[in-house]
Amino acid sequence: MIDIILAILSTIGALSILFASIGVLRMPDFYLRLSVTVKASTLGVGLLLICAAIMFPDDVSVTTKSIAIIFFLFLTAPIAAHMIGKAAYFTGTPLWKGTIVDELKGMYNKETHCLESDPKKAHEDPEAECKQLKDQATD
Amino acid sequence: MSLEAYFDFVILPILTISVLLVFIRLFKGPSVVDRVIALDLIITIGIGIITVYSIRQEQEVLLDVAIILALIAFLGTIAFSYYIEKQEDD
Repeated sequence: MIDIILAILSTIGALSILFASIGVLRMPDFYLRLSVTVKASTLGVGLLLICAAIMFPDDVSVTTKSIAIIFFLFLTAPIAAHMIGKAAYFTGTPLWKGTIVDELKGMYNKETHCLESDPKKAHEDPEAECKQLKDQATD
Repeated sequence: MSLEAYFDFVILPILTISVLLVFIRLFKGPSVVDRVIALDLIITIGIGIITVYSIRQEQEVLLDVAIILALIAFLGTIAFSYYIEKQEDD
């Protein structure tokens, strides 16, 4: 019975990792690649780690380590994806030609790296509000 | 088919093929950020491979390496994105 559960979990995990790697190879655009990679690979590695936790039932340390790694991956993967996506948007990585809407267009001030809700405001008044926010953050 | 043979002949080859596919993207990658996420994905798949290997060899010590790799992947991606964003300023 445990063998069947392990086989099912590891199969789903390995297949989702395979789909993530096919997606990162075949998707037309950086942002689509990013969105495929993070979700599918986190799911796959999480399922494989659950397999390891089931496989060593006597050993509490393995379960603890597996849960720690899963927790860490779930915590850090979205943060890393957000950071690298933001850096890619600033450096002007091109969008796919089939992209319909780019809601961030013109809302980032390229000088101060601040996000405005109004596209006009981001360019006409670059210094005032944004700098104030940054000073508060450093204090 | 026993579970050991299943891990050896199905799961590990699937993971190996995944790493090879991501390596193609690492070489091709049109921009730096593509390479960064390819490297991140390779390390994440490496964690999976280490997990399956530790199940097969019944060596639970190898999971410690997986923890360190998860840390390094996160720190590497954060550092890359930080410096890519800084580079644009100059």
